[in-house]
Amino acid sequence: MNGLIYTFLAIGAVFNALGSVALLRFPDVYTRIHGATKCTTFGSIFSILAVAVYGIVQGGGAGGTMVVRAFLALAFLLLTNPTGSHALARAAHRSGIKPFRAVVDRLEEAQHASPDGHGSEGGR
Amino acid sequence: MRRVAEWVTTAAGAFAVYLLLASFTGSWGVWAPDELIAGAVIALVIGLCTGAYVWKRGGWRLLQPHRWLLFLLYLGGPFFYALVKANLDVAWRVITGRIKPGIVRFNPNLTTDAGRTFLANSITLTPGTLTVDIDETTGDFYVHWINVKDPSPTADDVCGPFPKWARRVAE
Amino acid sequence: MIVALPFAVGGVALLVCILVCMVRLSIGPTAADRAVALDTINTLVVATMILLGAAFNEVVLLDVALVYALLSYVGTLFIARYLEGGLD
Repeated sequence: MNGLIYTFLAIGAVFNALGSVALLRFPDVYTRIHGATKCTTFGSIFSILAVAVYGIVQGGGAGGTMVVRAFLALAFLLLTNPTGSHALARAAHRSGIKPFRAVVDRLEEAQHASPDGHGSEGGR
Repeated sequence: MRRVAEWVTTAAGAFAVYLLLASFTGSWGVWAPDELIAGAVIALVIGLCTGAYVWKRGGWRLLQPHRWLLFLLYLGGPFFYALVKANLDVAWRVITGRIKPGIVRFNPNLTTDAGRTFLANSITLTPGTLTVDIDETTGDFYVHWINVKDPSPTADDVCGPFPKWARRVAE
Repeated sequence: MIVALPFAVGGVALLVCILVCMVRLSIGPTAADRAVALDTINTLVVATMILLGAAFNEVVLLDVALVYALLSYVGTLFIARYLEGGLD
């Protein structure tokens, strides 16, 4: 069991670090959101799984509480992380930031095509 | 009748979350009796306040239990595989810095809010794609693709089997 | 105070990641870059809190992490609405 915990912790730390480096290295907002969201979600999943395994090993009331809380946090992260990054990406595009060296930008074209300058209305 | 159903289902959901948060607090079962009473009262009040809002746009089909099973199956199977692939892909791109980005449009033919949310979140966490915007009237997805292979792709090119899963689980 | 050392080490590693993100938070050319960095830091803080909760055997830290995750999500949405221009 200890080996499993160490493996999960290592994977979590490596991918979280990768997410931070992606945040520094990528050239524009959208690609940074790519790297940051995917890698930190994946890394956090494994960090939390390590804690859950630790709780299972401990057993009893305290361990059980730890497992339940860890899995709740996991569910929240899986639900909120992509949604938040989606909101940020949309906000970035609406505030006029162009994708870096984009081959194609269909959203920009759609916004120019519609008369009021907003391709997608509502959006919430 | 509809109001009561909205109230009861929302309260049941809130109560379930409360039970999870308050687990291992007592010796009566695993929950202390006062926790159970407090949880029930709070859940009923929350259901009364927010029930109409939660079910405002339909979505009753999400309550079918076989959808939850499918969802768990999806999380453990194709989703996890795509997540691993996505992270190795990002790792490779961080190291080499090789990108060819663009925002593409495609239409997966999903109609409900739950289905669209499901697909958008899946897209964001899977290889090379990030949902930027959704046209609510036509159902078009605008996706930032880190390695554009085709400027006007079909849903299959961008996200593979995910629209099928979204239809199975959430529509 | 019993410290489970591997978890403490993992928590410190995530703290280093947070420091790296703070570089982007301070130099980020646009407001959106900073918002993305802040969102990333929030996720990392949640993971760090959970690891430290296991390290110090304090379940209350996991509760804090749960509440922090939900509140930071709402905060991110508000920042996004603000960046879009107009809280109409």
